[in-house]
Amino acid sequence: MAEHIVSPKIYVAVFITLLCMTGLTWYASTVDLSLTMGSHLVNFNPLVALLIAFFKASLVILFFMHIKYSARLTKVVITAGFFWLLILLSLTMMDYLSRALLTAPGNAQP
Amino acid sequence: MQQHHFEDMEQQREASSLGMWIFLITEIMFFGGMFSAYLVYRYWYYGAFIAGSTSLNVWYGGFNTAVLIGSSLTMAMAVHSAALGKQKLLIMFLVLTLILGCVFLGVKAIEYHDKYTEHHIPGQHFNFDKYETMGGAEKDYTGDQGQAQIFFSLYFALTGMHALHMVVGAGLLTALIIMSLRGMFSASYYTPVENIGLYWHFVDIVWIFLFPLLYLINRTHHG
Repeated sequence: MAEHIVSPKIYVAVFITLLCMTGLTWYASTVDLSLTMGSHLVNFNPLVALLIAFFKASLVILFFMHIKYSARLTKVVITAGFFWLLILLSLTMMDYLSRALLTAPGNAQP
Repeated sequence: MQQHHFEDMEQQREASSLGMWIFLITEIMFFGGMFSAYLVYRYWYYGAFIAGSTSLNVWYGGFNTAVLIGSSLTMAMAVHSAALGKQKLLIMFLVLTLILGCVFLGVKAIEYHDKYTEHHIPGQHFNFDKYETMGGAEKDYTGDQGQAQIFFSLYFALTGMHALHMVVGAGLLTALIIMSLRGMFSASYYTPVENIGLYWHFVDIVWIFLFPLLYLINRTHHG
């Protein structure tokens, strides 16, 4: 329903959560979140930063942009839009990240 | 006022916000293309991207994130005031949003000026000689000017396009302020406030992703 009036209290609560999340992602960037997986050292800092960013973006979309209270058609269109973005990013990175796995014979990883 | 081709007011309002969202999705794909370019080049030129990224000032980026989140709050409050038909509050919140948007652009200008004096703007006078500790060994980036230039090209493309959207948003806000001063909005008609609000929140979301990608994710790393 487009006419839904959201209480300013919810807006302020979302604002405070967004500020806290900004602080959290800032702090997380100073902590080394690397884990040894097999013979590789994997850095999880980018993943954690992106998860926090997705959470913040969802809060803005759901409450500031009223999507929580809007018509189902609008929700479906937005979900489809973000799914399309996911296809763009994942298929692009799938190509580039997997190139090192398919090296010429003799260059095989140990 | 309801137009004759809509069933009722609710359908009319839903149609306008759906149309705005379709436009915003084209914007998401536009920024998405630049984001994937950034991710691919970061994978290719990892060292140069870490050196470039750690040369940015996190305090400017963090402060601007807080400013933009604040402007999103005032914009949401402006739409809220418009829906309740509170004209004075609407104008006050629109002016506050405009001021916060200008603060963001001001900090961005200081940041760009820093890049200018450091010769970090890609082009003829580009010079990036930051020594970065990579897995214990110091690396001199004077030899990798091209790779560092790609980082800064993407930095200026992403933040520049974002700043351009902010400038457009500031213009739209000014138009909204003039329209509300003339009393053009009421509790039954405030669609421009609502749709420009959506646009403003979208610009905020782009920055929510730019801040960690450009300033933060490269702070801890291994060579």
